[in-house]
Amino acid sequence: MSSTSKPARPVKRKRKPGEWKLEISFHLMLLPAVVLVIIFAYVPMAGIIMAFQDFRPILSFENSPFVGLDNFRFMFQLPTFSRAMRNTVIIAFWRTTMGLLVPLILALLINEVVRSWFKRTVQTAMFLPFFLSWAVLGGVVREVFSLQGPVNQLIMALGNDPYMFLASNNWFRFVLVSTATWQGLGVNMVVFLAAITNIDPGLYETADIDGCNKLKQVWYITLPGMMPIIVLLGTLAIGGLLSAGFDQVLMLYGPLVYETGDVIDTLIYRIGLQNRQFSVAAAMGLMRSVIGLALVGAAYFLAYKFTNYRIF
Amino acid sequence: MSAKILRPIGAKIRNNKIKSSVSRKIFVACNTTFLALFTFLCIAPMIHLLAVSLSTGHYAVAGMVSFWPRGFTLAAYDFLTGQSAFFAALNVSLLRVFLGTVVNMVLVVLVAYPLSKEVEVFRARTFYAWFFVFTTLFGGGLIPTFMVVSRIGLINSIWALVLPGAVNVWNAILLLNFFRGIPKELEEAARIDGANHLITMVRIYLPLSLPSLATILLFTVVGHWNAWFDGMIYMTTPVNYPLQTYLALLVMEADTATRNLMTIEDIMRLQYVTDTTVRIAQIFLAALPIMMVYPFLQRFFIKGIVVGSVKG
Repeated sequence: MSSTSKPARPVKRKRKPGEWKLEISFHLMLLPAVVLVIIFAYVPMAGIIMAFQDFRPILSFENSPFVGLDNFRFMFQLPTFSRAMRNTVIIAFWRTTMGLLVPLILALLINEVVRSWFKRTVQTAMFLPFFLSWAVLGGVVREVFSLQGPVNQLIMALGNDPYMFLASNNWFRFVLVSTATWQGLGVNMVVFLAAITNIDPGLYETADIDGCNKLKQVWYITLPGMMPIIVLLGTLAIGGLLSAGFDQVLMLYGPLVYETGDVIDTLIYRIGLQNRQFSVAAAMGLMRSVIGLALVGAAYFLAYKFTNYRIF
Repeated sequence: MSAKILRPIGAKIRNNKIKSSVSRKIFVACNTTFLALFTFLCIAPMIHLLAVSLSTGHYAVAGMVSFWPRGFTLAAYDFLTGQSAFFAALNVSLLRVFLGTVVNMVLVVLVAYPLSKEVEVFRARTFYAWFFVFTTLFGGGLIPTFMVVSRIGLINSIWALVLPGAVNVWNAILLLNFFRGIPKELEEAARIDGANHLITMVRIYLPLSLPSLATILLFTVVGHWNAWFDGMIYMTTPVNYPLQTYLALLVMEADTATRNLMTIEDIMRLQYVTDTTVRIAQIFLAALPIMMVYPFLQRFFIKGIVVGSVKG
């Protein structure tokens, strides 16, 4: 490390001679990361200014004319915007609910399995989709729900007409939520299983002696014991409410299901990078970031209040 | 009462070989069946994909393949070996995983080490901590970030896939919490022997953090392997697409993509190969490396996930 480079922040207070040298190495270690974060996180934050401009790439940030709140006015008039907001909230709500409920039930059931090889096999199988990208899973889901896919093969075997699941506004959200639950299954289940094993076994023995049956034990011991982690995962999910599974939706949706499946992120992507209306898209992005910040703040506050959780 | 024997977690009870009651037996049978079915449901899509990719084209198109290949043929894979696009994309992916992982790992260590120090030792710690954490709470959004990346001239450069996500704050938090658990006496002993911070970090902290580093390494490798959206927006020419981006576009533009690439000979073989089987074969191939390794690596992930959410 060169001794000529200056520390990122000068040391001012009185310290023992030579001690400041130790802190310089900390600053130097952080320097590359700080530079990268400034370029790729803080400069884009400053770039939000384009939401208030009529941004043209040729003129760039400095020379594009300011238009005040025009982009926001335009945005709120767009029927697609309110539609996307509505879809985002509905899809995110169901994703969160099912994403907690289904793994919770499965964790309770798996916990009852005695044979460890069976337990391991089930867990490993449920973990599979977590490791795959939505590029792959999108292909998988499209194939499985296609007209020739196994789901429709089953439907036809039962004597019904095949459905176009991914082109139907009645079914699209169902496909989104169920496949998102499938993908996240393993992760939340593992967390829940860990929470169950943390419960004091003495409680169950006492309950046994008191003649409490298994269902009551689950209701009065297991679930209350898991409550902190359920609340924690639930509150933290509030912070991610606005993303509603962007890459999943992008892989699965199409113009036919914009009505029920277009979320705020896919709308920003279409308007901004496909139609190249950069400023309007940036305005939507700013809107999204601000609401997102409020939600994350609320989530952390609630998580801290209920479960003493802190990110540090 | 049945209640006393309904506790599979308690090893003591299990060792006592208590006879199961009828209701317990029924529950176990139902539970096992249900979980086995669910396990099948989780992996069934991948089995279906494999079956389709190994089937003769017209069976696949007619929707006559469910979980066993019909008219077994390797034609789809054979066809793929003559396709350079798939392997070019694979090369880009491998390069990206390599560069991205090296950069990410170096930076995560360089960020985690100084931030793991107490404020008394490193006075700017709180400032830096907030500097990094703020980027997880608020961001410029898709459009301004895209503008910055393109302004720097990273479009079509492999570094566009590496640098914007180079500083992973969550991984740094994971690692810094681990660093804090390492006894300070070790560091003090090293300091007395004249080691500076860099040497202390490399010789004392890193060797003791191998389990944590392995977890983060895996998260990083899988993350880079699976990322596709950045490739889609930052790469404008197909030669630069990483595998997952290539695949995502293949899936999105399902019907046109492969047909354009076919020569007369290919069309002659069409009765064995269709764009469906070729597409499915590619999806399966892209998923294959992960499917082969994840059962052995999942315990590292599980540790990371549980540490990240339950924490103590």
